[in-house]
Amino acid sequence: MHVAHLSLQDFRSYATAEVALEPGVTAFVGPNGQGKTNLVEAVGYVASHGSHRAATDAPLVRQGAPRAIVRAGIVKDGRKALIELEINPGRANRARLNRSPVPRPREILGMLRSVLFAPEDLTLVKGDPGERRRFLDELLTARAPRFAGVRSDYERILKQRNALLKSAAAHRRSPGPEVLATLDVWDSHLARSGAELLAARLELVAALRPLVAQAYAALAPAGGAADLAYKSSLGDIGLSTDRGQLADQLLKGVADSRRQELERGVSLVGPHRDELVLSLGEMPARGYASHGESWSFALALRLAAFDLLRADGDDPVLILDDVFAELDAGRRSRLAERVAPAEQVLITAAVPADVPDELTGCSFSVADGQVVRD
Amino acid sequence: MYEGVVQNLIDELGRLPGVGPKSAQRIAFHLLAADPADVERLTKALKEVKDKVRFCRTCGNVAEEEECRICRDARRDPSVICVVEESKDVVAIEKTREFRGRYHVLGGAISPIEGVGPEDLRIRELMQRLADGTITELILATDPNLEGEATATYLARLVKPMGLTVTRLASGLPVGGDLEYADEVTLGRAFEGRRLLDV
Ligand SMILES: Nc1ncnc2c1ncn2[C@@H]1O[C@H](COP(=O)(O)OP(=O)(O)OP(=O)(O)O)[C@@H](O)[C@H]1O
Ligand SMILES: [Mg+2]
Ligand SMILES: [Zn+2]
Repeated sequence: MHVAHLSLQDFRSYATAEVALEPGVTAFVGPNGQGKTNLVEAVGYVASHGSHRAATDAPLVRQGAPRAIVRAGIVKDGRKALIELEINPGRANRARLNRSPVPRPREILGMLRSVLFAPEDLTLVKGDPGERRRFLDELLTARAPRFAGVRSDYERILKQRNALLKSAAAHRRSPGPEVLATLDVWDSHLARSGAELLAARLELVAALRPLVAQAYAALAPAGGAADLAYKSSLGDIGLSTDRGQLADQLLKGVADSRRQELERGVSLVGPHRDELVLSLGEMPARGYASHGESWSFALALRLAAFDLLRADGDDPVLILDDVFAELDAGRRSRLAERVAPAEQVLITAAVPADVPDELTGCSFSVADGQVVRD
Repeated sequence: MYEGVVQNLIDELGRLPGVGPKSAQRIAFHLLAADPADVERLTKALKEVKDKVRFCRTCGNVAEEEECRICRDARRDPSVICVVEESKDVVAIEKTREFRGRYHVLGGAISPIEGVGPEDLRIRELMQRLADGTITELILATDPNLEGEATATYLARLVKPMGLTVTRLASGLPVGGDLEYADEVTLGRAFEGRRLLDV
């Protein structure tokens, strides 16, 4: 698939912007702070309904404007579709597909698929476990949009359960039978919804492992082997991907830690406490890998995500925000070779020299809020 | 900020569900400009509901007497109770004409975030109604969202030792939704296809 047209209104630094795009490689080039990332961030937002560099929607709306609108005309299997998202910070966003409103934006999640590489990806390797859980969950959602629902259900259950644990913890006295019975109910809902998420993550990690190893080896042929392992908060008990069995295991896990949970007032067991362990050779990547190795690992994770989405059918749109400047010549051209065959590749770079020769295509100059085709 | 009484009115309106500060202001100025007779009728209606309407002592539905119309209606099936969150859900279900039993209005759903636990809902009253053995089926028609599901699970577990038939409205209702907003056809079908709840 590819984006044929991008139209912005009050998005980040842009009051308005209209950009016509084509399949193949497109580079956005211009000095720092001119709005290159803002453009590709908008494309990423259409795909994932989130930003790769802001935790909330508020920074996406131009200073002083009440809302932002992003429109993307996309072409998928030769068919055209127009996606429109209205970003209303603090209120519900709205979405339209081919000019008709959809009841909830979530329903058009997955219409556009993209994989975005950015300097921020370094936190996939160096950051908290939450970053790696988010990587897995976002990829799950990109592959099967119904996971947006599974994730939000799970998060809501967790919030409810934590509220209950916290109020029980605040009372100090041992909780009454009604509190315990209510907790039992939330336990069973957490186990059911958590099992769904956990099973999907385990399957995803199994699918990613060979792809990550291969991508890392291609980028950094001299380095050790890259590998992934899913570490569950249930401990080392051998997890299958059978949902029923996982739900039972989760139920037992929360039952076993109930006393501790009641003392601390938080949920200690479940996919929200799990970790995706990245390793290079015999060592964990986090805390051990060099800066360059960490970078290669982060890129390998994104490349693997690209391979996986690609194998599902349609090519996702590849977005490379400022990544080549960070790489040495060898890795730069190896990455370029890997991404060149994608149906559409969008690149940002501060100087033309940062766009590898392997990736020829059209380019735009971005300066002073203007996006002009060269 | 406006002067005393106008701001009071805006504040009071703003406390109503679904009325934000902007709407509160709009309604307030609408009322200021309106015909005094219209405003008189509104205040009368407000006062009357508070004076005349109360909650049915049996089921918790809104009623103009001690008991609501449905609880007093001898033609209703006394062996089935449909449990809902709010009185407005009774209205929605009555519209489908699928249900001939009686209701029990809980007054909400279990939601620790909002500080609502089972003891804040009319669950004790429900257990009293179930005690004499007349009732043989319980239909759990709480909202099809997480809090409604949790409440249904809680109740199903609570009554399990009593050996009643406990059913839950069939899915097909929009998930994450409000019973009140389900259309009549969907809600009617959900009644026909209700499933046994095993917990
Ligand atoms: N909500 C907003 N409203 C107005 N301006 C914003 C908003 N968010 C970001 N900006 C501005 O957008 C500019 C940054 O744009 P962007 O990140 O796209 O730069 P860039 O061209 O990618 O630069 P670099 O080469 O440094 O990565 C900054 O000058 C910033 O002040
Ligand atoms: Mg940038
Ligand atoms: Zn009644």
